[in-house]
Amino acid sequence: MTDIAERHAAITTTAPNARWHGAAFEARLRRRYAAERRFRLAGLAAVALAALVLVLLLGSIAGKGWTAFQQTQILLEIDFDAAEIDPQGTRDPAVLAKANTMKLIRDTLAAQFPEATTRAERRQLSDLLSSGAPFELNRMLVADPSLVGSKQAVWLTASANVDQFIKGHIPRDVPAAERKVNDLQIRAIDALTAKGALTKAFNTTLFTAGDSRYPEQAGIGGAIVGSLLTLVVCLGLSVPIGVAAAVYLEEFAPKNRWTDVIEVNINNLAAVPSIIFGLLGLAVFLNVFGMPRSAPLVGGFVLALMTLPVIIIASRVAMKAVPPSIREAALGIGASRLQVVLHHVLPLAMPGILTGIIIGTARALGETAPLLMIGMIAFIVDIPQGFTDSATVLPVQIFMWADSPERAFVERTSAAILVLLGFLILMNGLAVFLRKKFERRW
Amino acid sequence: MRVQTETRSAPAAPAPNAKMVARGVKVFYGAKQALKGIDLDIMANEVLALIGPSGCGKSTFLRCLNRMNDTIDNARIEGTITLEGEDIYGRHVDPVQLRARVGMVFQKPNPFPKSIYDNIAYGPRIHGLAAGRDEMDAIVETSLQRAGLWNEVKDRLREPGTGLSGGQQQRLCIARAIAVSPEVILMDEPCSALDPIATAHIEELIDELRGAYTIVIVTHNMQQAARVSQRTAFFHLGEMVECDDTEEIFTNPRDERTQGYITGRYG
Amino acid sequence: MQLTVLLLVLAALTAAGYLLGRSTAVCRARGRLAALHSVPAYHGLYVALWAGLPAFLLFLVWMAAQGWIVMQLTLAALPDRLTGVDAQALSLLKADILNLAAGINTGRRPDPALLEAAARHNRLMDLGQWMLLALGAATATAGLLAARSRITTALRARNKVERVANVFLVVCSLVAILTTVGIVLSLLFEAMRFFAAYPPLDFLFGLHWSPQTAIRADQVGSSGSFGAIPLFAGTLLITAIAMLVAAPIGLLSAIYLSEYASRRVRATLKPVLEILAGIPTVVYGFFAALTMAPFVREVGTALGLSVSSESALAAGVVMGVMIIPFVSSLSDDVINAVPQSLRDGSYGLGATKSETIKQVVIPAALPGVVAAVMLAVSRAIGETMIVTMAAGLSANLTANPLQSVTTVTTQIATLLVGDQEFDSPKTLSAFGLGLVLFIVTLALNVAALRVVQKYREKYD
Repeated sequence: MTDIAERHAAITTTAPNARWHGAAFEARLRRRYAAERRFRLAGLAAVALAALVLVLLLGSIAGKGWTAFQQTQILLEIDFDAAEIDPQGTRDPAVLAKANTMKLIRDTLAAQFPEATTRAERRQLSDLLSSGAPFELNRMLVADPSLVGSKQAVWLTASANVDQFIKGHIPRDVPAAERKVNDLQIRAIDALTAKGALTKAFNTTLFTAGDSRYPEQAGIGGAIVGSLLTLVVCLGLSVPIGVAAAVYLEEFAPKNRWTDVIEVNINNLAAVPSIIFGLLGLAVFLNVFGMPRSAPLVGGFVLALMTLPVIIIASRVAMKAVPPSIREAALGIGASRLQVVLHHVLPLAMPGILTGIIIGTARALGETAPLLMIGMIAFIVDIPQGFTDSATVLPVQIFMWADSPERAFVERTSAAILVLLGFLILMNGLAVFLRKKFERRW
Repeated sequence: MRVQTETRSAPAAPAPNAKMVARGVKVFYGAKQALKGIDLDIMANEVLALIGPSGCGKSTFLRCLNRMNDTIDNARIEGTITLEGEDIYGRHVDPVQLRARVGMVFQKPNPFPKSIYDNIAYGPRIHGLAAGRDEMDAIVETSLQRAGLWNEVKDRLREPGTGLSGGQQQRLCIARAIAVSPEVILMDEPCSALDPIATAHIEELIDELRGAYTIVIVTHNMQQAARVSQRTAFFHLGEMVECDDTEEIFTNPRDERTQGYITGRYG
Repeated sequence: MQLTVLLLVLAALTAAGYLLGRSTAVCRARGRLAALHSVPAYHGLYVALWAGLPAFLLFLVWMAAQGWIVMQLTLAALPDRLTGVDAQALSLLKADILNLAAGINTGRRPDPALLEAAARHNRLMDLGQWMLLALGAATATAGLLAARSRITTALRARNKVERVANVFLVVCSLVAILTTVGIVLSLLFEAMRFFAAYPPLDFLFGLHWSPQTAIRADQVGSSGSFGAIPLFAGTLLITAIAMLVAAPIGLLSAIYLSEYASRRVRATLKPVLEILAGIPTVVYGFFAALTMAPFVREVGTALGLSVSSESALAAGVVMGVMIIPFVSSLSDDVINAVPQSLRDGSYGLGATKSETIKQVVIPAALPGVVAAVMLAVSRAIGETMIVTMAAGLSANLTANPLQSVTTVTTQIATLLVGDQEFDSPKTLSAFGLGLVLFIVTLALNVAALRVVQKYREKYD
């Protein structure tokens, strides 16, 4: 011992002041602090990088999408010529709905731009307007038959190309051959703009319409309704089943291997890739039970199975936080176990359970892959009316639009993403609010 | 009593052979004051016991001596503490360096999840005390020998330190503290998690270490304080009530609170 | 129509049962409520359950069986020339009848026999629903009356109601098990059908993937080739890129936020990660395809590299960003689970913060960190939308991140999207891929969860 002890003493103890204040030690200390700063900086850089990517992601989407909330409109002086649209004078809605309003538009444009003489040039002029513009006139006529025979200034939706041109996404200075708006059309646009007959207005179509092949007529209204219907089914199933399962596992189940299996199973289910749930839905709900394809009913079923583990886990955590003393107090005055749960545990755990439900719902709302499997990817123009109608949901609509090369669809895709993110922020904000408001520590 | 502590106006001069000197040490955790102005001299190469009921501030004071309170977010410290005349809260003093000079052993044995060897070598390695493998081996061996653990673990230095018994783990932690050759070792109730036999081992060890190191030990156990320490300070409600030779405190306390505590009227 | 009526009738009878049961109990007690074994509300619930539950179960069974029975009856009435065909043609026939019955004309002029079958189908359905309405209402009424007649002061109504509630709870907790069983069975069953047509070894170890089966037998490449190695390799490549991004950034973020950041900084930066975690994958996919992929291509071209417009790099990096919050929140948990006493021990020896973290905290948390990374890998392997939108469809066997690769999930999604014939090997191969995907992710999850559990126990 002595030999080693001496060496140890020689290494460490002899002159503490020299050891802790020597130049070598100081240098070492500086190096250690430099390493400390580098490490800290690396951590900060990691977080900053994550934040930067988030800003980039949101920024690029907002930058692409915000213009979609406005849509270019063109003011035309339409002559609702009675001889043209209702020669019999019946004012029958069926006749008015089918009236050839396209001709009214063409006539107006021809009168306004006499320089367009050839058939092709006239056609180019009418292409300034959306192919849906005549239907807008038909709808006006049906809603108000007294328009027949009058002359009205009407705001009509411009075509996607005009819209993109006005928003600056189609530059003027590219060669005419590569430009989707030709010189004649640009002259017409300038003339209309100078008259104040061409402006951008809030794009209501985006929120009310279903899908369309024409960007200016496409909207997310159908997808939003589809998402809502799907979520209603999803929540209607997953909330009662999830909470009941959590109550059983937390309050009633004996601790044995069987409940261990259930517990492990739930944890694993929460980590199963979502597309597997889609395969399950396809194989079981569609092929075995013969449920309708593309229906919110089936979508809701699939999402419910996915949301279930989230709700069960969150509910169990919330119930676990309720102190046993409360259960004992209730049991002590003769309440049954079910009464204890219903009267005491569940009300106290409710904020936590609600938070879990909202987070699960937010995830379900953003889910895409499993819904592709069960055919909710159909091109659906009509807004779904019920749980078994064909429908699509907001994220799937985004997926479909993201495939369209047109600039106008890129804009709308980004806008749809902004709307989806808006919903998610709203829901998560609600969850945070609930947690803050009802948070309780025992 | 309060009058007594507050009227102590001019700080008393430190004793000539004091290793560490605390004057007017106050600690706040947020708005709560944990220490209300502590004056205490710690003599070189003595064992000083800090006793008192729980929450009296003795552990807080101990953690001030090597600036462990720095790691707590909302702790604020006033007053001065010197180590060999140098203010340890001074601007140019580095807490890392300070803690190498003032080591610490904790309430619960906390060996790192590493081998026994690496547990001991950790401190010397980060401070660069050993020039090579041989020196490191020497440091590990002497540290374990001084902690009285060498014979028990010399054949399994590569096994994890967490596999030892509680008492062995605590001696490992003491060896770990010794390995950087601190001048002062702070012990925060080092035996409270141990059985009586392991406790006896540690107490013997403390006795052996006296002379080579200055030791400050916080304890709940008054017999322990009486057995291992030369001097004892009694803390109560954030104040240091009195500090004297251990024998004096236990046989003839000046303050009635001290008397109440050691005779077991509260605690 | 009848269904809505039935459900309304059931709801009404259940409510009536509750009120009736309660008042009957009060009546039987003759003013001494304490004489009742259970409070009147439980008698109400008892009667309500008897009124509603059997009828509701009947409703469920009926709805499940009705379609099948009606279809069998419809087919039985069809001439043999239509029904005497193989299983595949029969399922087409069924689909045609269903479409006609729903009023969807597929365009061609349908066979009059089919039209008649569709009409018959609709008649039978209608009849079935009326029968269900009548039977359901009768069952509910009978249950209500029977239960009411059994009410006495001694009836242990609460115990009986609670037993039913207990059964309900057990059934609900079994749904999770049933889901797993359903996943396993459906994947196994469909994958078996695929493996019957295509040898499993060729599938698992084949180097060539081109699922395009020809429509006519005499076309070139009519058999299709389902060697999945290029898909596995592509999945691994993209997962590796994603983990190279997510593991260091996620771990360092977790360390910074839990060990360094002040409470205020943490409160502002943590939501950043939470928002990243909350962004739907389809949004990441859009970002990868429209922003990241062109960016990577431009940078690559500027450096003189040839970059595919659907490079694995772009998809992998964006997937990595998606997984950052996942890694960081799991690592945050395990880092926080390392006891403070270990940190104190290290600080007490004069270690700096980074020395403590690197040499004490991380080694102590290592099992948990490893588990977190495993869960993240499992998540990356199973992620679908980013790769479907940003990675390609060409099954290249390459390790070059600048080339286009395809993944297991991408192929599953593209094979099953759109109108596919369900019995072709092409669509069935998706289930083979799904089975592999499920097994791999399950193994990773089980292993990771076990490691985490062991780790938690160590420090509890």
